Amino acid sequence: MKLQIRSLPLNGVQMTMQKTETIDIQSSTDVVLVRQAVRLLAVEIGFGLVDQTKIVTAASELARNTLDYGGGGTVKLETLQEGRRRGLRLTFEDRGPGIPDIDLALKDGFTTGSGLGMGLSGAKRLANEFEIQSAVGEGTRVIIVRWK
Amino acid sequence: MERIPILKMGNFLLVTIQVDMYDRLAMTLQDDLTNRITQTHAHGVLIDISGLEIVDSFIGRILGNIARISRVLDAQTVVVGMQPAVAITLVELGLSLTGIRTALNVEKGMALLRSSLNETTNQVIATQWRADDDAED
Repeated sequence: MKLQIRSLPLNGVQMTMQKTETIDIQSSTDVVLVRQAVRLLAVEIGFGLVDQTKIVTAASELARNTLDYGGGGTVKLETLQEGRRRGLRLTFEDRGPGIPDIDLALKDGFTTGSGLGMGLSGAKRLANEFEIQSAVGEGTRVIIVRWK
Repeated sequence: MERIPILKMGNFLLVTIQVDMYDRLAMTLQDDLTNRITQTHAHGVLIDISGLEIVDSFIGRILGNIARISRVLDAQTVVVGMQPAVAITLVELGLSLTGIRTALNVEKGMALLRSSLNETTNQVIATQWRADDDAED
């Protein structure tokens, strides 16, 4: 099964990663840990309160997706420096059933679970860059970036 | 197990969320509030979320559930104290919190609950009056 790639690949030109950490997402308390770790890095980068809240909320949605639909997985947190601007990149990965129809999954209000169906589309709106790759039977990877 | 305290103030139940909400805690709050409304015959629920640094779609769903459940049990719910950054993020996320009444702070929320309770009481009294009038005719 080929990976479906949505939106442009993230441009790595002149971009340096400064700090990386990976967190396991296996329970709903891990979702809280992810939120706290994202908040810490966002503060460290110098994000304002609104930007902090947006990236933490997006992270919360995606971490819950990883748990509920992916059956658990990981998130990689990276701080980025591109020229003078700084950013935060979050990569959520799971080895779950994958998403058969990404366009449908990105629609507001679409859900196969118990949520409101705002998770994926909402996280996309809260991020500056968004990329999703998914293969049925193999898993899903969602990458978001928020720049300062 | 950790629980969010529910205080009773006259006809109202008061909840102040001061910890990071994880999913089970939110579900427990929903259950506890439902039980307390029934036990205490409360007519209003005030939920202060000024301590919440984020409201994601899960917490949004729980708040909506609580508002709907309380309505079924003849109680009104008002959510107060949302931080500005949380409000901005909620709108961008696409959550409209339909069916949830909000007020700026605890004081205004209490006033809203009291006035809506008076309205319903007045309506009941008005209906009774009309019924009495009809009886006389």
